[in-house]
Amino acid sequence: MAAAEYQTHEHDVLVIGAGGAGLRAAIEASAAGVRVGVVCKSLLGKAHTVMAEGGIAAALANVDDRDSWRVHFADTMRGGQYVNNWRMAQLHAQEAPARVRELEAWGALFDRTPDGRILQRNFGGHAYPRLVHVGDRTGLEMIRTLQDHGVHQGIDVHMECTVIRLLKDGERIAGALAYERERGRFRLFRAGAVILATGGVGRAYRITSNSWEYTGDGHALAYAAGADLIDMEFLQFHPTGMVWPPSVQGILVTEAVRGEGGVLRNKDGRRFMFADIPPLYKNQTADNEDEGWRYTQGDKSARRPPELLTRDHVARCIVRETKEGRGSPHGGVFLDIAWIREKLPRAEAHIKNKLPGMYHQFKQLAGVDITKEPMEVGPTTHYMMGGVRVDAETQMSTVPGLFAAGECAAGLHGANRLGGNSLSDLLVFGQRAGEFAAQFAKQHRAGPVDREEVDAAARAALAPFERRADQDGGGGPFQLQAELQDFMQDLVGIVRREEEMRRALDRIVELKRRAARTTVVGNREYNPGWHTALDLDCLLTVSEAITRAALDRKESRGAHFRDDYPKKDDAAGRVTTVIRKGSGGDMQVAREPLPEPPAELKAIIEELK
Amino acid sequence: MSATATFRIWRGDTAGGRFQDYTTPVAAGMVVLDAVHRIQAEQANDLAVRWNCKAGRCGSCSAEVNGMPKLMCMTRLDELPLERPVTIEPMQAFPIVKDLVTDVSWNFAVKRRIAPFRPRPPDAPDGTWRMAQADVDRVMEFRKCIECFLCQDVCHVLRDHQRHTEFIGPRYFVHAAALEMHPLDVEDRTEALRREHAIGLCNITKCCTKVCPEQITITDNAIIPLKERVADKAYDPIRAILRMLGA
Repeated sequence: MAAAEYQTHEHDVLVIGAGGAGLRAAIEASAAGVRVGVVCKSLLGKAHTVMAEGGIAAALANVDDRDSWRVHFADTMRGGQYVNNWRMAQLHAQEAPARVRELEAWGALFDRTPDGRILQRNFGGHAYPRLVHVGDRTGLEMIRTLQDHGVHQGIDVHMECTVIRLLKDGERIAGALAYERERGRFRLFRAGAVILATGGVGRAYRITSNSWEYTGDGHALAYAAGADLIDMEFLQFHPTGMVWPPSVQGILVTEAVRGEGGVLRNKDGRRFMFADIPPLYKNQTADNEDEGWRYTQGDKSARRPPELLTRDHVARCIVRETKEGRGSPHGGVFLDIAWIREKLPRAEAHIKNKLPGMYHQFKQLAGVDITKEPMEVGPTTHYMMGGVRVDAETQMSTVPGLFAAGECAAGLHGANRLGGNSLSDLLVFGQRAGEFAAQFAKQHRAGPVDREEVDAAARAALAPFERRADQDGGGGPFQLQAELQDFMQDLVGIVRREEEMRRALDRIVELKRRAARTTVVGNREYNPGWHTALDLDCLLTVSEAITRAALDRKESRGAHFRDDYPKKDDAAGRVTTVIRKGSGGDMQVAREPLPEPPAELKAIIEELK
Repeated sequence: MSATATFRIWRGDTAGGRFQDYTTPVAAGMVVLDAVHRIQAEQANDLAVRWNCKAGRCGSCSAEVNGMPKLMCMTRLDELPLERPVTIEPMQAFPIVKDLVTDVSWNFAVKRRIAPFRPRPPDAPDGTWRMAQADVDRVMEFRKCIECFLCQDVCHVLRDHQRHTEFIGPRYFVHAAALEMHPLDVEDRTEALRREHAIGLCNITKCCTKVCPEQITITDNAIIPLKERVADKAYDPIRAILRMLGA
């Protein structure tokens, strides 16, 4: 392939991904005076951040003045079952309020308190009302604000463009190779620093809240470039996804429904969450329905209802109810917000006002009026806690010049993320990644890229067009993707077992072989079959990483639940699972000790336990 | 609902194209996008279509279904007559890329021409502002916009008269209204709305309002109040006299 075939772009900082983290990083880097390019797989403003409904967690203490960064820090560590990176959890809690105020200065509008300040709402695992929100469309408000602010800053945006390989000059990052969807042509990006902000891995599973984009690109690109991944066994299944009709299975039902007083019931009408409250949360959880209701209505003396326990726990309780035959007709449980009319005058208007998106979504897609009837919900693959191992202060990975922020980075959330902590994560660490990537790029100009490596990557990407469909039916790209989703869902899902995960590894090996033989029809122009074939590589890499890390962690903690090791293990709680590429190209798993928090943070954790 | 249905999908690119029929199984609760995905996976791997959230929140899967501008992810098959083929074609107001995908980049360029948010100085010493919920609620409707561009697709000024170089279209009047009525914003965009964005070309047929999947009352709540501001500033006779007198 001749070099002339690559359109080449030069930036100081290249940001891959245009969700909340990518845009916030781009804004910061651009403000530091370097040339910034953003590459995104979809159109600008369509990233999954728009789906975030609940809000941004930040200890502004506008609604409850007992809140502070210390409490937010302790909540985040408890939610993550203490395998979080303590320094990230501290920076996150300390800096989130400033990041929220900055958004307001850029034009974002949030719901208000009676005295005109930013209103905050309750959410699972947060001790006080902490989520800055606007109805149930906070993510849209955030992404639109960042998008509009960013484009007026002169950031170059390359829309509908997918990165397939990171390029290095020796040990240091030098750029990336991508293809643009419209014409299917390759583009070569040269940059002094690269920020990965590619989001999650949900498309490795059949039931997911994620869109087609979330194929673990950042995870897989970083891994291939030699960076460490950590915490890959911790994948969050959000307890409430839609379960019916089948075509909407997995679409998110916001936790804000429960924050506003919604309750979970089984088919017998019983609030089953009261039956199983983990010891770590016993002191903070209501033991009767009335107390739970008062909490959702702002009574500071009341403790939270068990529906607002952490997501990993609620998801497992729902699985238990359905497995034991107490589920709803379509295999979920009931989530009821309509019941609040017993408590509130004008409940119908209140629900529509607080949860307009949910009202609309159920009305239109399921024919259910949530102001009058309960919803049917069940767990859905939602969020990857694991990802690129980064330095807490700078967000730089183990590869010099390669940074990561948001969902594709790891450390902040430990074994389980609290709702609301991802939007604040995007802002806090997006900002940091942008700042330090710009600093790095000022010190290091883009190094040369190896043309042979680029040509080889481009040839490999075009190979599916060259192959002949083979006799034994390797399968088309969509079929292969569906098979992967099926077995990951069944074998490496919410409840895991050694023997099943071994089977998943065998299936991954087999699927890799078939993916290397898959063929695509048509030409290079806007060809989803081809794109899906290319995505398979990333999906297979992250699926293998999830499975190997999950096999290695022989305990149950947070989102990682092992049927064969159902208890927490103190020794396992002191290590991080690291995934990296071995010298022979094989995937290696290592255990490394977690950094110990300093004494003053340990004291905060103990005091607020 | 019948066990299968036929979808007449436009296939082609800048060189031209035609409708092609695909028959595929359908089930209760399916939306048009589900059928398109199934056809893509089983019969036409290279069928080009944009989508993301599949829940009416991102505004990617805009197309014309049986001639009506719709989000494919929010159009249920049980709302359509399935005894005859369901036609699906790309938005007509934008240049074609391939199949159901159009080149909507013009929209992103238009937005850059609108003066950005400029807040008043902070109200409190800590750099924060105070706002009443009622003032926030007033612009919430405009901020719901998911940028699906269906309003741009049906606007006569764009679709029939192709005035893309001088007219910004309903989406950007909604955007301008959100900024103009933002409780903190102090920028004045009325002159630009009149001269550079040609708000006068809108003859309030309300087609945009009719197709908005977010039910934004585009014409009545965004465009007409902006037109009133423009008229008030530029055409008020008393102000005109004062201007002449140099006051």
